[in-house]
Parts: sequence; structure tokens; C-alpha cells
Amino acid sequence: MGTFLRRHRGLVPYLLLAPGLLWLTVFYLVPSLQMAVSSLWTGSLEKGYVFSFANWTNYTKALGRFEPQFTRSILYGGAATILTFLIAYPLAYSIAFRGGRFRNLLLFLVIAPFFTSFLLRTLSWKIILGDVGPFLGPLKDLGVIPSDFRLLATPIAVISGITYNFLPFMTLPIYVSLEKIDFRLVEAAQDLYANRFGAFRRVTFPLSLPGVFAGSLLTFIPAVGDYVNAELLGNPDTTMIGNVIQNQFLTQNNYPTASALSFLLMAGILIAVFVYARILGTEELTAGGV
Amino acid sequence: MSAATTSLTRPGRSFGGRAFRFLDRYLLVIYTLAAVLYLMLPVVVMTMFSFNHPTGKSNVVWQGFSLNAWLHPFEVSGLQKAVATSLGIAVLSTTIATSLGTLIALALARHGFRGRAVTNLFIFLPMATPEIVLGASLLTLYVAIGVPPFFPLNFLTILIAHIMFNISYVVVTVRARLAGFPTHLEEAAADLGANEWVTFWKVTFPLILPGIMAAALLAFSLSIDDFVITNFTGGTITQTFPMLIYAKTRIGVPPQVNVIGTIIFVTAVGLVALSTLVSRAQARRDQRLARRMVADEASGE
Repeated sequence: MGTFLRRHRGLVPYLLLAPGLLWLTVFYLVPSLQMAVSSLWTGSLEKGYVFSFANWTNYTKALGRFEPQFTRSILYGGAATILTFLIAYPLAYSIAFRGGRFRNLLLFLVIAPFFTSFLLRTLSWKIILGDVGPFLGPLKDLGVIPSDFRLLATPIAVISGITYNFLPFMTLPIYVSLEKIDFRLVEAAQDLYANRFGAFRRVTFPLSLPGVFAGSLLTFIPAVGDYVNAELLGNPDTTMIGNVIQNQFLTQNNYPTASALSFLLMAGILIAVFVYARILGTEELTAGGV
Repeated sequence: MSAATTSLTRPGRSFGGRAFRFLDRYLLVIYTLAAVLYLMLPVVVMTMFSFNHPTGKSNVVWQGFSLNAWLHPFEVSGLQKAVATSLGIAVLSTTIATSLGTLIALALARHGFRGRAVTNLFIFLPMATPEIVLGASLLTLYVAIGVPPFFPLNFLTILIAHIMFNISYVVVTVRARLAGFPTHLEEAAADLGANEWVTFWKVTFPLILPGIMAAALLAFSLSIDDFVITNFTGGTITQTFPMLIYAKTRIGVPPQVNVIGTIIFVTAVGLVALSTLVSRAQARRDQRLARRMVADEASGE
């Protein structure tokens, strides 16, 4: 074996790659192709399925039938992404530039919520936002808000749940790009009579854009596909496309429609990412992610 | 860094200037503390409600303090089995994904080969795919195969999915560690006559071990907490801890579930704290060793 490898050195990287890439091929790539095939099926689980390219109408039908849920997913996902950005940027900024010796501790506290179940955290929000919970209860007692005011089962609850759950995904990449900034550049801007805000606007912020880009993607992609927040904090009028996909796959066993919806979701995300990359002008997608 | 920043703050003589300086100095600190509180709030609520004494089935309104759930954590039927299943899947998927991912990371960081760019993209794609699509597409594959061991869905089908989504995260984490290390240590070992096998185990592996540990920790926490992909690839035979929580949300989550959630949280935080302390002690020891070697060399001359 040793001599064989020494004689064929070029093979070493491929041997290292083979087992992992084989796994990803069989259990990621093949399923994706299978889903493309399934999306062009007609039939049912009991009677069996027939494949035909004529079934492209599965897509138009799915899009027509579930258009409100698609729109809602993009709106909720977009709103949550903007909110996480607004909360995360100052947080990442102060950890990077004012954190001092507490920097690592603060970073740890940002990711610490991940050490407990995503579902349990979301259920905690159900308690916090509850109709007579610790937040609304006192306000109602004081008469600040009407007693039938609700946060649960509204878009506000769903969006704030998504915002909370994906906040660390936005904070960490922004922190990483801010932390890399050579502070002498900011000092140089100030020496050249930029005021503090000017230096931030023209130097610090542009240099942190790769982090903003990566963070927005890491938030937006799972946020659009999320259905747990809509399920636990929302009501039937706040269902997102994830809820529909889950329902079609696991309850209705309607695999063709569900596959078509999944593909549309994936395509929508890819288009959004592409447009976003063009607007922002950063090609950090693969560089930042890989 | 903070000293440098403070020195940059221009002294404000006017009231406005002083107010600005005050805000500048304290506002961000206050904001950071508020943000951390916000992030930790649900964890605190989860822990608090593990001590609740719910009157009905639902555990969403505080009724009174009770240690009952902590004293009888496995009173809820299926909970013990679900926790054991989750731990089993997490341990196995972490071990396998960490091995496969580390090999890929080594190839990407230490070898030049044709198809690097494609490999990079291929590693990136699963991370850019929404969980629901990952789970759903695997389900369509399992359904299309339609025979055991892939159908009906079971422990193995969940395990396969967890290994799949963990590989990319391991590659990225280990690669980041490898990228920070120049190859000259490995070249030195080769110069001293070590073959590649010995060089790997005596030089490369100890260097990237912290990266591998970090990757394993990440993989473990992703696996034990995963609900969406597991829900698609799990079926009805096997139930993991997150699947059990989800099933209970309709009829009320018992405080025992919060107990397990709290235990998982405390254990994970403890492990991270411990590994930080160990790596700090190691860094200090390395530094001392380096200083002594320099001193020995100086006295020898």
C-alpha cells in the first residue's frame, strides 16, 4: 500500500475525498435528482406513480394554489433578515471593538442558546409572548393595551420567533469580518478629517459587507424554509411554504406536489441569492462559505 | 483594542460632546448586555418551567414551584427511549461525519488536485440548502427505493441523514484550522526522515486535533437538536428527543422535557468551558516549553 501510494502520489487527494464525497453523492445529489423526478410524477402512493415531462403542470398548479404561502415566506423571511441585521450589527460591532478581554465570553454567550433545543426555545417564546404572560400580562393590568390584545397567532410572533432563532447566524459572520479590519485604516480616515460617523460609513461598514452578505444568506435561507415558528407561534393565517411542504409530504403523502414545491423554494432562494450578490457586488458567497 | 479606541475618542468640552462620549462609552455596553439577556431569556424560561408544577397537561403558565420533574425525569412515557435514541444517533453520526469530513478537509487544504473548485461547491451546497429541502429530498429517495433497510423509515434512515448534513460543517471547521498552519512543520518532519504516515500522526494530527474536536462538538450539537430533517427521515418507528417534543406540543409539553433540555444545555456549556480551560493550559505549557528551549540554547552557546 505504502509503495503503491508513493508511486501514485496524485491519487492521495482522491482517496481522501472518496468516502465523504461518495456519501454526499448518494445521500444529497441523488435525492435531489430523485426529487426532480418525483416532481414530474402523477399518481398516488397506493396506486403507484407515472413519470412524464407533461407533468410540468405540477409546478404551475402548485404555485397557483400556494401563492399566498410563498409570498408570506418571502415577506416573513425578509423581515426577519432585516431585523436580525439591525439587532446583530451593533452587537457584533461592540463585541469586536469594545469587547476587550470579554470578547470570547460574549461570543460564547451569543452561541450558547444553540446548546439547547430549537423547539424548546421557540416554546419558551410562546410562554413569554403569551396572552397573560410576563410581557403582555402587566401591560394589560395597567390598561396600556386592551385586554384582548394578542401577540401569539399573529405575524409579529412568527417574525420575532424567526428573528430570535437566527440572530446568531447573522452576528457571527459580521463579527468575523469586523474583527479582521485593520484599525489603522479607521485611524487614517480620522487623520484625514473624517468624523467618527464618516469613518464608519466610508471605511468600517464597507469592509464589513462580506460579513453582512454571509450573515444575510445564513439567516434568509433557513428563515424562508422555516415552518416550526409559524407552526408553534402562528395560526392558520400565518402558514409559510415550509408548513405546506411538510403537510403535503408527511400528512397528505402528495409527493409530486410536495417535490415541485420544494424545487420552487430552492429555485426562489437561488434567484434571490444571485440578485442579492449582484446588488451587493460581493463574490464572497463561496469564499466566505467554504 | 479597547485602549486604542478610547484614545481615539476626542475630548468633548461642551455638554453635547460629553454626552456623546458618555453614550459612546456606555451605550454599546448597555446594548450588548441587553442583547445577551435577550438571547438567553428563552433558556432561562425553559429552565424555570422545569420547576413548574402544572395543574393540567400544558406547561405554559407558572403555577408553583416543584421538584417533581427533576426527581422523576423519565416518568413521561417514551422520553427515556427518545433521549437514548437521540444520543445514539448523535454519537454515531458525529464519529462517522467527523472522520469523513476530516479526510476531505485534508485533501482540500494539503493537496492540489483537479476538480478542487467543483469539490468546494459540492461541500457548500448542502449548507445552502434549506433543511426542509434536504429532509424532503432524502424522503423521496427512501420512498422511491421502498424496501428495507430504507423503507419503512427507521434509526438507520435518520442516521444517514445526520451524517449527510454534518459532513460539510466538519470540512469547513477542520479546514479553517488547517489553513492557519504553515506546511513547514510537516516539511521539517519529512526532512528529518519521517515518512508521510509518521508525519501525519506525529505532526499534522496533533496540530489539527483542536479543529477536529471543535468540528465534532458542532456536529454533535447539530445532530442532537435537529428536528426538521429528522421529522422527514424518521417516520413512526423511531422517535428522537426533538420529535417527542414536537409530538407533545399539541397536547402540552411536560416539565420533564424542560429538565432534559436544561441538562443538555448545562452539559454542553460545561464541556465547552472545560475544553477552553484545557486548551489554555496547553497553550501556556507550550509557551513555557518554548521559552525554556530558547533559554537552554542561549546558555549552551
